[in-house]
Amino acid sequence: MAEAAIPVQATPAQEQAPPGAIERPDFEIVPRAGLPIVAVILGLLIAGIATNKPWPLQFLHIVGGATWTVIDLFLGFVIGPILGRLSVPARIELTTRLMPKMVLIMPTAVIVTLAAGWQLGVKLGTVQSSYVLHGWLVASYIVVGVMAVIALGLLEPANIAVLTELKKKRPNPEVIERLMKRFVYSAGITGLMQIATFVIMTRIAAG
Amino acid sequence: MSERRLPPVTQVGMLSLALIVAAGIYLASHLPQHVSLTPAIVLLAASALLLAGNLLALARVQGFAWGRFFAVARWALLAYLVIAGLIEYAFVRNDTSGGPLVVLSLSLLVFAVHVPVLIAFTVARFPDE
Repeated sequence: MAEAAIPVQATPAQEQAPPGAIERPDFEIVPRAGLPIVAVILGLLIAGIATNKPWPLQFLHIVGGATWTVIDLFLGFVIGPILGRLSVPARIELTTRLMPKMVLIMPTAVIVTLAAGWQLGVKLGTVQSSYVLHGWLVASYIVVGVMAVIALGLLEPANIAVLTELKKKRPNPEVIERLMKRFVYSAGITGLMQIATFVIMTRIAAG
Repeated sequence: MSERRLPPVTQVGMLSLALIVAAGIYLASHLPQHVSLTPAIVLLAASALLLAGNLLALARVQGFAWGRFFAVARWALLAYLVIAGLIEYAFVRNDTSGGPLVVLSLSLLVFAVHVPVLIAFTVARFPDE
């Protein structure tokens, strides 16, 4: 794997690196190997909506939702705080390996959860305003809406921008730091919103 | 880190997305009743105006890294058109038609254009050193 050097202040952990530089693994901003997997998942989503059967829709909605929720919580409350305390080289190592995967996983998980969930709601009649727990459904729309605006406006752009910065011949550590902070704080907020999702979804499931 | 002044593209973009989301929630929360489309149209129009304003403000920035901007924007646009297409499919599959379908489709179009603009802007605002 090709590597490049980023000029930053050396730490004791970088004894083997050239003075004033750290090693940076080569990586793809969008991992091309993952694209066929995304295509298959989106194909399953289209098939699920087309057949309109409860089991495939439940499967897609629950698996997609679990993936989305767990990743948001894990990033926001576990990885995020850890990332902030790592040395710069370790942070770059983790970032270049983790964040390209997020570029594919998160939008896929979100679209599968929402599209399958909507279709399921239409089929079961739970999206109708006459549904007894309609207020909770509307609350879930609002929570998802807030998460979507944060994810699309802050999280996703920061993710792509930090990876693009790391791809440059001479990445600017200050830019990376700033974008990573934005990513971690946004992930924390969406993590908190996911707790609200838990409350709403368990209430709806309880009937 | 010295940084030149740039228009508040991210903030305006997030407001635009929030308006579309609000329009979507308004329509979705009244199903299957026929409600007035006016609030959703007003929200959509405001969102589209913010998108136009964002593009206009960005176009006036001198020396912006347009090469990098478009390199990112075109792929992001492709990705978000696919996502918008899937959402549109779900609406059509469920017999959404007429005015609500037009409002939802135009909302998806604003969404599919604005998100790539936000991604590309965030990337291009930090030029190579």
